[in-house]
Amino acid sequence: MIMNDSGKLLEVSHLTKIFGIGGLIRRRELVAVDDVSFNMPAERPTTLTIAGESGSGKTTTARMILGFIRPTHGGVIYRGKNVLNMNRDEWKTYRREVQAIFQDPFGAFNSMYTVDHVLRVPIQKFKMAKTDEETGQLISTALEAVGLRSGEILGKYPHQLSGGQRQRIMLARAFILRPRIVVADEPVSMLDASMRAGILHLMLDLKKKQNVSFLYITHDLSTAHYVSDAIAIMYQGSMVETGPIDDVIADPLHPYSRLLIDSIPIPDPGQRWQEHIELPSKESQTQTLDGCKFYDRCEFRLEVCKTQRPVLKQEKTRFVACHLYQTS
Amino acid sequence: MHDGVLEVKDLTAYYGTGSNPTRAVEKASLGIIRRGEVFGIAGESACGKTTLALSILRLLKPPGHIRGGEVRFDGTNLLELGEEEMRLIRWKKISYVPQSSMNALNPVMRVRDQMSDCIEAHEGRQSNEELDNRIGESLRNVGLSYEVIRMYPHELSGGMKQRVAIAMATILDPEVLIADEPTTALDVIVQRGILQLLKEIRDRMRTVLLITHDMAAQAEVSDRVAIMYAGRIAEIGKTESVFKDPLHPYTQLLIQSIPQLRARAKLAWIGGLPPDLRNPPKGCRFNPRCPRLIAGTCDVKEPRPAEVEPDRFVACHLYGD
Repeated sequence: MIMNDSGKLLEVSHLTKIFGIGGLIRRRELVAVDDVSFNMPAERPTTLTIAGESGSGKTTTARMILGFIRPTHGGVIYRGKNVLNMNRDEWKTYRREVQAIFQDPFGAFNSMYTVDHVLRVPIQKFKMAKTDEETGQLISTALEAVGLRSGEILGKYPHQLSGGQRQRIMLARAFILRPRIVVADEPVSMLDASMRAGILHLMLDLKKKQNVSFLYITHDLSTAHYVSDAIAIMYQGSMVETGPIDDVIADPLHPYSRLLIDSIPIPDPGQRWQEHIELPSKESQTQTLDGCKFYDRCEFRLEVCKTQRPVLKQEKTRFVACHLYQTS
Repeated sequence: MHDGVLEVKDLTAYYGTGSNPTRAVEKASLGIIRRGEVFGIAGESACGKTTLALSILRLLKPPGHIRGGEVRFDGTNLLELGEEEMRLIRWKKISYVPQSSMNALNPVMRVRDQMSDCIEAHEGRQSNEELDNRIGESLRNVGLSYEVIRMYPHELSGGMKQRVAIAMATILDPEVLIADEPTTALDVIVQRGILQLLKEIRDRMRTVLLITHDMAAQAEVSDRVAIMYAGRIAEIGKTESVFKDPLHPYTQLLIQSIPQLRARAKLAWIGGLPPDLRNPPKGCRFNPRCPRLIAGTCDVKEPRPAEVEPDRFVACHLYGD
């Protein structure tokens, strides 16, 4: 298959997903992902974080990229090809080169099989090996790459392993297929701190040594900063700010990014929060608003924010969707 | 110390009986917990934090049971009280925000009815006006509007449900509030609000026992913190000292494994697995994973907590006699 390798590895453009919720009567529309665009470069492996709180649309975005759900508008373009218009072969290549790992490292296993099964199936499906010997070789190389010893792992059932080991096996499974991109949706949020760092290091290692790019979906900006090059912050389905992660963390421009970053506790008792924040005292209904989605909670809101939805515009090294930066 | 409210000494709780129980909490001593402090209990999953909390409240359900130790509140050993006497203390004096308490609310009862049950179970029948006033005030204390009183749990977001749970736990103005993972599964901004609430409760000279694995949350609000590993207390100290100068090798690794938002220092992680508590290792329970193992000592003799400086306890042979 010929795919265009120059330029962008993955391009997401104007991705939108609208879910219909409710019954037959009183049906409402919920815009889960609202005109989201970003891309990942092809010339070097990168890790891009999509960050946001629950309901921000980050997982829906990931699921559209993985082809689990169809976008309402917009598209996902992989190496120059729109994922929705791929032929059989192209789609198969896409499914091999774009892999996923998920939050719950237990749910991804069938508890009736030993872990060998989860490693062997992709090898068979994608005909990665001709003989049993080759299969065995591939499995042990992959386990080694994720820091596991095959002797200790193979033949075990998922419940006999720790969460950290199970998550490593998921990475090994992805690794077997030599992916270009791994979509990692909250891969460490269920792991204990002492295991979490191991998985984060593995992500850095696979990027460096195996040229794997990561799309890291998380609510946790501390781990995001540890592994990522770039970040896109989402709020209620829209991207509010995107750019190099060091810049965004050091000097967030969008008021929501600022609030989010300031609210992350620093694990140092010498640096505690000084300011008091107010949480909303009742549920707000802002979904139908025409203006900025953050209007209700924003302390810098302007008159224009109420009526006009801000769009992403370049500001310094990044893009931000906020009227504070769009006065010109 | 005259301002102590709660003392936990050698508390031991197991799951299952017979020859091979799970030794979930073993001889845990927290010392004297004081009025007006946030006392943190930190550690990773399955280290016994929740079992310890449930044992203090005597809410442990079979096969869990308390094997020994003391929990002193106001001079009385709670473990020796009758069930009815304990019921009167629970909620009124020592209350509890259980883990994932946002799912602990009754889905078919309005907030008001759930909260008035709490009051009336302890203080007998009250007038509607009195109940509304007290519930309204308690909701206001957690930053919720009076309208919430009429709502069902499904009408509230996770963070609001968590605040309702805290309002419910503090409505009788207890001396001690035990909060088990109160910020887990909430968005960061909401987490910050919840931690702020716990500080406010402390500032009213109440005591908060904050159980969370989230070390950053501990750093943010705890005055003192106890680190648990595999059912035992590894270290207790002022939060500043524990973070700045952790003594126990487990605490050291745990603190080095936390990513910091603004610093990209290389993170540590701990190889191996926590032990099977049905069959814990001999000696120190951390010895199979410990980078500073003293062979012949740590794998033979169990370390006893020693006070290495005032208010600083560590159970590790590196600091022993």
